[in-house]
Amino acid sequence: MSDEPKAPPSGGPSETPAKPVPAQGTPASPPPKAAAPPKPPPPPKPAVKPDPWSSPLLDEMQKRFPGAVGEAVIFRSQPSITLTRGSLLGICEFLKSDEGGEYTLLTDETAVDYPKREKRFEVIYHLYSFKRNDRLRLKLLVGEGDKVPSVVGLWPTANWLEREVFDMFGVEYEGHPDMKRILLPDGWTGHPLRKDYDILRQDDAWVQSNLGIKSGQ
Amino acid sequence: MPDATYLDANELVINMGPQHPATHGVLRVKLKLDGEKVLGSESVIGYLHRGIEKIAENRTYTQFAPYTDRMDYVAAVTNGMGYVEAVEKLMGVEVPPRAQYTRMILAELQRIASHLLWLGTHALDIGAMTPVFYTFREREEILKIFENYCGARLTTHAFRIGGLQYDLYDGFEREVLKFCDYFLPKCDEYETLLTTNRIWLKRTKGVGVISGADAIALGVTGPVLRGSGVKWDVRKAQPYEAYDKVEFEIPTGQNGDTYDRYVVRIKEMHQSVRIIRQCVERIAPGPIMGKVGKVIKPPVAEVYHSIEAPKGELGYFVVSDGSTHPYRVRVRPPSFVNLQALDTMIRGHLVADVVAVIGTLDIVLGEVDR
Repeated sequence: MSDEPKAPPSGGPSETPAKPVPAQGTPASPPPKAAAPPKPPPPPKPAVKPDPWSSPLLDEMQKRFPGAVGEAVIFRSQPSITLTRGSLLGICEFLKSDEGGEYTLLTDETAVDYPKREKRFEVIYHLYSFKRNDRLRLKLLVGEGDKVPSVVGLWPTANWLEREVFDMFGVEYEGHPDMKRILLPDGWTGHPLRKDYDILRQDDAWVQSNLGIKSGQ
Repeated sequence: MPDATYLDANELVINMGPQHPATHGVLRVKLKLDGEKVLGSESVIGYLHRGIEKIAENRTYTQFAPYTDRMDYVAAVTNGMGYVEAVEKLMGVEVPPRAQYTRMILAELQRIASHLLWLGTHALDIGAMTPVFYTFREREEILKIFENYCGARLTTHAFRIGGLQYDLYDGFEREVLKFCDYFLPKCDEYETLLTTNRIWLKRTKGVGVISGADAIALGVTGPVLRGSGVKWDVRKAQPYEAYDKVEFEIPTGQNGDTYDRYVVRIKEMHQSVRIIRQCVERIAPGPIMGKVGKVIKPPVAEVYHSIEAPKGELGYFVVSDGSTHPYRVRVRPPSFVNLQALDTMIRGHLVADVVAVIGTLDIVLGEVDR
């Protein structure tokens, strides 16, 4: 409501506590151990973390696409596989085919931003197979500016989902029929779901020229 | 001055919405027309974008729960249910049976309420004015139950991570059963208005057809998928809460047209009543909260959890970095994904059918845009 000029995003009221970003790759959950002699050691908490996953399907994937399958873990009976970029389309096609388990439904495609990592984005695919009644999560590690092969050819539903990832994270896709923003206006600058995009930030120039107000906040 | 092309039957691009009563919110559809025939379309969305997923990263797990109510604001109970279950799965929390059955009762009531709102407005869009008064009358009874339970009618925030905040009030079961008895004849009443109504048949049969294979390719879920003959429901396929302990059927259609989706939703309301009755029978005194600490701090991990919301598969992908705030919450909204099928469904139809198809998709723009 107020028309006061907005505080610059970086120095704004700290409504957004800076969150620790997990160290890359290593599940950081140190509390139980650290040496603290005076107190008796607390009951050892079972470390809850993803376990390595193995299955015939994974073996088959490793056989067909040597070197393409990275880490494969399972957590709460949800398997998750990390792939390399070059093999994504091949593996997806295999998973969609009869011998690959008929993962015909792409439930969701999204991304997570880890700015401290060398490859900052994880593009995540959730597949579902009606035949096996099974879900599978695929992950692709993507660096800033890397183009991700689009899976629209395999699952048309990826069209909007990939546009949303582009809109929110700025991850670009290769071979997408209509790569443009979907939720934010076309002329907007910045990708809001990146971790370095402050929650109070907005595209002031866009707001002022299109809405005729100083600030939307 | 009209020139030679003035009366030419050229292609015409028009805008439907964003301020259009039949778009159920702020949806803008660019239509390419040849006369009255739709040659193609493009949906322009985002008018209601509030950045729910960004907000999640700046709130604690508990604080974020009420925000989920504001996505599909006509089915807040199921939104919240999906979220709290996702966090519970992440933490490995067991929810006591009493809380499970309570959640199921409220979620099924919410499904009926959502379908009633859909039925009323969908019929209104097509030109049948009466059903909306009837359906809102019954929906009111459900909202009263919600209000008695948690004090809110629409944005209920009915559940907590680990169980429930409130135990059931005295007479809850009686009121719910009374509603079930009252509702089924009313449901038949809607059918007398519509099911064999000639105008209704003309406006819905063969309109907005989508095959089962196309629906799967486009990621469509929920009643729209089932209307196309795919017998799939998250409640059966991957049961959550206690859905594996109750009996119900998955209604399906055959032709994948607007009429079949209407029939599927009507039948789903009957099945919901069936589920509610079984839950009321089984609900027993007991604890309503599982073992959850005051501060919610899930392990460093990620889970995807989805439920069958009234509109389709509603999924939450929650990534935790071990702190009290979620590192990322991704919402897989059924309305957003289903809306993508609009173009396929309206090509070759008339402009008036676009209204029917938007209605039959049962989208809520709050959820499409988040």
